[in-house]
Amino acid sequence: MPAKQSTVLDARAVDRALRRMADEIVELNAGTDDLIIVGIQRRGVQLAARLVSSISDREKAKVPLGALDITLYRDDLQTVGPRPVVGPTNIPADVDGRAVVIVDDVLYTGRTVRAALDELADFGRPKRIALAVLIDRGGRELPIQPDIVGKRVECAPGQRVDVLVQELDQRDAVILSDREEPA
Amino acid sequence: MSGHAAAPLGKDLLGLEPLTSEQITLILDTAEPFKEISERVIKKVPTLRGATIVNLFFEASTRTRISFEFAEKRLSADTVNVASTGSSVQKGETLVDTARNLEAMRIDMVVIRHGASGAAQFLADRIESNVINAGDGMHEHPTQGLLDLLTLRDHFKRIAGIKVCIVGDVLHSRVARSNIWGLKKLGAHVAVCGPRSLLPNAIDELDVEVFERIEDAIDWADALNILRLQLERMQAGYIPSLREYNRVFGVSRERLERASRDVLILHPGPMNRGVEIDSDVADGPFSVILDQVTNGVAVRMAVLYLLSGGKPELAEAAKGGGSR
Repeated sequence: MPAKQSTVLDARAVDRALRRMADEIVELNAGTDDLIIVGIQRRGVQLAARLVSSISDREKAKVPLGALDITLYRDDLQTVGPRPVVGPTNIPADVDGRAVVIVDDVLYTGRTVRAALDELADFGRPKRIALAVLIDRGGRELPIQPDIVGKRVECAPGQRVDVLVQELDQRDAVILSDREEPA
Repeated sequence: MSGHAAAPLGKDLLGLEPLTSEQITLILDTAEPFKEISERVIKKVPTLRGATIVNLFFEASTRTRISFEFAEKRLSADTVNVASTGSSVQKGETLVDTARNLEAMRIDMVVIRHGASGAAQFLADRIESNVINAGDGMHEHPTQGLLDLLTLRDHFKRIAGIKVCIVGDVLHSRVARSNIWGLKKLGAHVAVCGPRSLLPNAIDELDVEVFERIEDAIDWADALNILRLQLERMQAGYIPSLREYNRVFGVSRERLERASRDVLILHPGPMNRGVEIDSDVADGPFSVILDQVTNGVAVRMAVLYLLSGGKPELAEAAKGGGSR
């Protein structure tokens, strides 16, 4: 049965949310000194790149952009399906003593962020780590909260929130689906 | 580690012959991001925390055993090394009894090297744990074949269409068999070169080109995979002398310089310098022998990871929408 879908954010709303989030990142960090922005694979990386671009445009500052793949840090290897794909991790600068902002598309249980924190700790000891997410859909299973949120969405268990990005999905949008489409 | 049926490689890795080109490509693609882990200050991820892996090395090995051990430790598995000397095997215990006893101690995986062809399959058929073949007799050495493929793909950016000549003691070489299967499945052109006495009788059935002169092989090939002359496996009479072998089939700088194009040099090690390969070739600009060693750890991490993961029924239950 096809899933019933509604658009939570269209492309313009995604752009507005990201620009506001970029401002909040600069404000939270009191500037861009020592700042590193790291996206969680996959769509967190594209969103992180947009935030870096937005900050660079307005602050005239070059902020390092990194990517974290948390697959190997998950606490549920047995549940990741029969073709577990590991993506690249790239931390472009020493994180010791720096302010790191982790970026993800959707914050749900918090387990992905826990894994990202564990992985980041293997690269060094940042001065501070903040979490920025485009969508906070609630449903946390761990005591993890975001510092910067594009939009909060009330979701029932079983509903899906999918963030689409131009680079991978040919359009920017956030879609809420009532139920899974059958495989 | 009980997701056998669902795991993308099945329960075991016994050779490259039974794998599809998609499965081989999946292992190579998975190995790519694992390379980065070995570059980190903390060269370790928690992926296989809680898993116990036994390395059963019933045949002498340094680099393969160490490479597997690095791979296991970098994935945070607990590892135990068992060699035939000093173990119950010396007291007459059979392979199956050794493995069953270990399995009764709740191990998850066995990495086995054995002098008998088929030993890994024999074990895999009789125990529940995942079995990885680290070299069985003259049959296969799949992780060596995979690391060779990864090294070639790194250099040429593809496998399909490249020309690879395997040089030397093909008859006794499990590396040669794994390479031939893997390269052909991914679309490479494969040849062998060596004295007739060191080529298998059934070489024609493998559908590979055969060169009798090393000069012709060098002219033809994009890459030479030079095999170690396995003196310990040879009875008398395969070759007249090591000196003559070097004179006729040894890969020297002079021979490479006379070739019409540059040729990449691979060797699975350990090398007999001055026999099948000269030192200035082994250490020369076209040698990727140390890259092979580095890639070995990444490939073995990928194999351990892919054999251990994924139960679709749990994956289904874990779905609930969006990112987790």
